[in-house]
Amino acid sequence: MRGRWTDVALPGRVPRTLATEERAALLAEASRQLRLVELEMVEAAGLGHLAGDFSATDIVAVLLLGVLDIDPKNPKWPERDRFVMSKGHASACYYATLAACGFFDDKMLGTYMAPGSPLNGHPDAKRVPGVEANTGPLGHGLPIAVGMALSGHLDGSARRVFCLVGDGELQEGSNWEAMMAAAHRGLDQLTVIVDRNGLQQGASTEATSRLEPLREKAAAFGFAVEEVGGHDHLALLQLFERLPLETGRPNFIIARTHKGYPVSFMADRVEWHHRVPNEEEYAAALEEIAS
Amino acid sequence: MTSATLYDCRDAFAETVEALAEEDPRVVVVCGDSVGSSKLVRFKERFPSRLINVGIAEQALIGVAAGLANGGKLPIVAGASCFLTARGMEQLKADLAYTNANVTVCGMSPGVAYGELGPTHHSVEDIAWLRAIDNIVIVVPGDPVETSQALRAALAHPGPAFVRVARTGVPAVHDSGYQFQLGQAERLVDGEDATVMANGTMLAPALEASRALAEEGLAVRVVSMPTVRPLDEAEVVAAARQTGAIVTVEEHSVRGGFGGAVAEVVVSTAPVPMAILGVTGFAPTGSARWLFDHFGLNPAGIATAVREVIKRKAS
Repeated sequence: MRGRWTDVALPGRVPRTLATEERAALLAEASRQLRLVELEMVEAAGLGHLAGDFSATDIVAVLLLGVLDIDPKNPKWPERDRFVMSKGHASACYYATLAACGFFDDKMLGTYMAPGSPLNGHPDAKRVPGVEANTGPLGHGLPIAVGMALSGHLDGSARRVFCLVGDGELQEGSNWEAMMAAAHRGLDQLTVIVDRNGLQQGASTEATSRLEPLREKAAAFGFAVEEVGGHDHLALLQLFERLPLETGRPNFIIARTHKGYPVSFMADRVEWHHRVPNEEEYAAALEEIAS
Repeated sequence: MTSATLYDCRDAFAETVEALAEEDPRVVVVCGDSVGSSKLVRFKERFPSRLINVGIAEQALIGVAAGLANGGKLPIVAGASCFLTARGMEQLKADLAYTNANVTVCGMSPGVAYGELGPTHHSVEDIAWLRAIDNIVIVVPGDPVETSQALRAALAHPGPAFVRVARTGVPAVHDSGYQFQLGQAERLVDGEDATVMANGTMLAPALEASRALAEEGLAVRVVSMPTVRPLDEAEVVAAARQTGAIVTVEEHSVRGGFGGAVAEVVVSTAPVPMAILGVTGFAPTGSARWLFDHFGLNPAGIATAVREVIKRKAS
């Protein structure tokens, strides 16, 4: 292992009693700390999808640390809100945020992808508290999220379901099957968030098999659609506070993000999909995030 | 023990699903359009909110079932086995098996049940595909009583299970006193010259072959093996050691199915002559019954295979 695992103080969950602006500031600081941890994890493992982690970090932090009604001491609490990390390859981001919530000891993050570790490259709900679905193969999370929302619907429960999908992932047809089913049943407790960084593994989504006009497509499938800056904690919080956007329609949020954000030499660069920083890049990234 | 009346096991499936829904409010049925062909019309009338029809979308169907299980429901998935298993395969692996989701998947009208509709609609690979994936119980019931009990056992099993529900008519082999147990074979006829192991629609032809061979002076054991996983390995080893020759027969491809499962045990414990009877290649046009005869999946075909393995045993 090339990495130097050091203890970065993890943030905790942000009390929902605070004013929205105050929570947004705390979540922004939490996201900065989480990115430092993610960088350490990928560096230590010598493997990972760091740019995708950084793209999703603010969204995942806002949801898990600031929005979801969950109880990390009782991860299987039946009435909990659900979060499905459909872009399961962004596992460093997911695990770091789960540890920050208190689902498991943050020391476990140092075992990311190490032999025998519960922290596989893609999440395993059987071994990692707080993980709701075994994702990684793309196009799996959204159908599962629809089933979760349906279970709440059948129970007359207020529990909500959030599903974060990658944008390239939307090329998988299973998402659109699930969207039809969700809209048909008016599952307004379901919120799909697209990490719209514009890049997939080998090129941009638009150069590969274009998604646009995504807003119109999602609306045509029966979703209430909003766009938001995916690194803007206040805007994300304010949007989540407005849910459901329309009664009787599932929500589709296009979060505009940058793969690799905020590291200057990673941001929006396709070659960083699963590249691991070398020594100099690691130091430079650390400095850019920390400053 | 047997009667001449033939039963469509989908009727036993439908009755049992309704009974289970009455008994446990967590039970929901998830299907993809096939309400009629899965015999769920009455269920829909009785439990309208608990029949979740996601449309013709097998991938989403399995994922939705996994999500319902996460939400505390007990989903029973029903769909034509050919499409459900093939289209939903990665979801069966990741969302159900790897996750250990408590979902019971029912492959309806499997094997060559769709007869004249052709190989696109035949499901003669489903067992092989599912056998390659870890952590899914696989059951192939042989008559209505066994279908009903297997469905109950699959639902009670705390993890994913696949139950193959036959459409082609089968006689009642078991009476109401039968006690199905996951992973347990049942010796229907004892004998020491050879063993026929069968499940699903092939149970009755296996018994008939054994009766015909008895008239020739051959004592042929017949073992019903409804559970393909976990396989009753002790019964396979006993058959090999005590009878010295085994014929398996199934409404499935000869590659990788029930016969393959038995062969894996035989070859690594007590190698004996074996024959694996089943479907070979894409089927020609014909009804299910015609195809059974075409592939030798009938008493005469089974008897021929038994005589041959007994000859190989002696040589």
